[in-house]
Amino acid sequence: MADRRYTKDHEWIEINGAVGTVGITNYAQEQLGDVVFVELPPAGKKLTKGGEAAVVESVKAASEVYSPVSGEVVESNAELAKNPAMVNTAAETTGWFVKVKVADAKEVSGLMDAAAYKKFVDGLH
Amino acid sequence: MGEASSSDLKKTPLHALHVELGARMVPFAGYDMPVQYPAGILTEHNHTRAQAGLFDVSHMGQARLWGAGADKAIETIVPGNITGLALGRIRYTIFTNEAGGILDDLTIGRAGHHLSIVVNAACKDQDYAHMRAKLPKSMRLEVLEDRALLALQGPAAEKVMARFAPEAAKLGFMSFTSMKVAGLDCTVFRSGYTGEDGFEISVPANDADAFARKFLKEPEVKPIGLGARDSLRLEAGLCLYGHDLDTTTTPAEGDIGWTIAKRRREEGGFPGDKIILKQLAEGPARVRVGIRPDGRAPAREGTKILDAKGKEIGVITSGGFGPTANGPVAMGYVTRGNNAVGTQLGLVVRGATLAAKVAALPFVPHRYKKAI
Repeated sequence: MADRRYTKDHEWIEINGAVGTVGITNYAQEQLGDVVFVELPPAGKKLTKGGEAAVVESVKAASEVYSPVSGEVVESNAELAKNPAMVNTAAETTGWFVKVKVADAKEVSGLMDAAAYKKFVDGLH
Repeated sequence: MGEASSSDLKKTPLHALHVELGARMVPFAGYDMPVQYPAGILTEHNHTRAQAGLFDVSHMGQARLWGAGADKAIETIVPGNITGLALGRIRYTIFTNEAGGILDDLTIGRAGHHLSIVVNAACKDQDYAHMRAKLPKSMRLEVLEDRALLALQGPAAEKVMARFAPEAAKLGFMSFTSMKVAGLDCTVFRSGYTGEDGFEISVPANDADAFARKFLKEPEVKPIGLGARDSLRLEAGLCLYGHDLDTTTTPAEGDIGWTIAKRRREEGGFPGDKIILKQLAEGPARVRVGIRPDGRAPAREGTKILDAKGKEIGVITSGGFGPTANGPVAMGYVTRGNNAVGTQLGLVVRGATLAAKVAALPFVPHRYKKAI
C-alpha cells in the first residue's frame, strides 16, 4: 500500500513516485456535512504547503482545503467537480481533490502517519 | 471545529431530546440549538418538502398582550392592520423605528381577550422592553416562559396533526386557536417558516419532551434542525431578521410593503411613518430581490453584487444552496433599476465575478393551506 500521510487540518496525501494525491479525511467530511460544491485548482497551479488548494461548500458554509505540501497541480478530479457529494460518500478514495507534483519529499515525511492521525482525531472528542 | 458549547447558553425544554437524537448543537441567539441531526441538512430539507418535519422553535419569544384596546395600542408601534384582524387570525408584521428601519418581525394573532405575539429569539428581550416602554400602562404584557414551541411542517403535517387533534385540520392558513393536542392544552397556529403547509404548536414546557416524542413516532415525521430551517425559508423567499431585514432596512426596501394595509398607509401613526409611506409611494433607492447564480457555486451573505458593467450595486443578505431548487439561491439588496426579474448581475465570490440573475421569489412555490 502506498504511503498515506495526514495533516492537522484533516487533509490526506498519498504518494506514488513524485506525485501526491490529496483529499480530505472522513472526519473532515463528517464535520462539513452535505457537500454541494467544490472549487478545484487548474493543472499547473503552484500550491504552497498550508496554502489554499481548493474550496469545499456545504449547505451551510464554505471551507478551505489546504495543501499538505508545496508543489504543482498535475490534475484535478473532474468527477468530483461534477458530483461534489463524492466528498461525503468517498472522501478517502474516489473523492480525492488534486494530484500534486511534490516539490520537496521532506515535507511529506514531516506529516502524521495513519496511527498518529487517528490519535490526533481521538483527542478532538 | 467542534467547540464545546458554552455553559451560559440557554436550553430549550427539548435539549436532552436533541442530544439523544445525535444532533450537532450550536449556539444560536443565546441558546444551544440543533443545527442538524445525523441525517444531515439535505435529507432533512427534502424530508420536510416530501413528508413532515418537526422543528424545535422554543427559543422564539411567545407573549400575550392583555388590556382593552390592545389592538389599537399596538398599532402605534407596528404598521400592520391589527384593529382589523379577525378573531382567530394571525398577521405578519414588524416593529419599526423613527428612521423607518425594522426592529424585528413578528406575528400577532387575535384571541378572545388578548393578542398572541411571537417574536424572534435574538430580539425578544428588547422587543418586550420596547412594548412595555411604548404601550400604555393599562396594557399588560405576559411573557410565556413556561411554554415550548414546536413546528410541524410539510405536506403530511395535516394528516399527522389530525391523529392528535382532529379539529386542527380545519384551521386555515394564518389562523390559530386553543385546543387539546394529544390530551394537552395547546395553542395551534396554522403557520410556519418553510413555505409548506404546517402548524406551530405552543405546548406546556414540562410536557414538551413527551409531546415531541409522540410526534417523532409517527412514520411521516423526522426531526429537523436549524440548518434545514434556513434552507427551507430561503427557498420560500422568507426574510431572516438580522440578515435580510434590520434597523437599516425599511419595509419598502425589504419588499414587505404588503404588510402595511391601505388604512395604515392613509392614516400613518406608527414609528417612521413619514419615511416609510414616502418610500412606498415613490419607490425606495434599493430593494430586496431573489438572486440565482448561473453556475453551481453558492454566494453567501456579504457577497458584493455588481451590475452587468461591473459597478457595485448591492450585497447578498442570505445565500446558500437550495436543495429543492437544486442549485444556489440567494436574496440581497440591489439599487432600483436593477431589480427586474432576469437582470444580469455579477457576484464577487473569492475574488472572481460569477454571473447571476435577479429571480422571482419564492424560489420554490408556497403550498400553504387555503383559509376556509
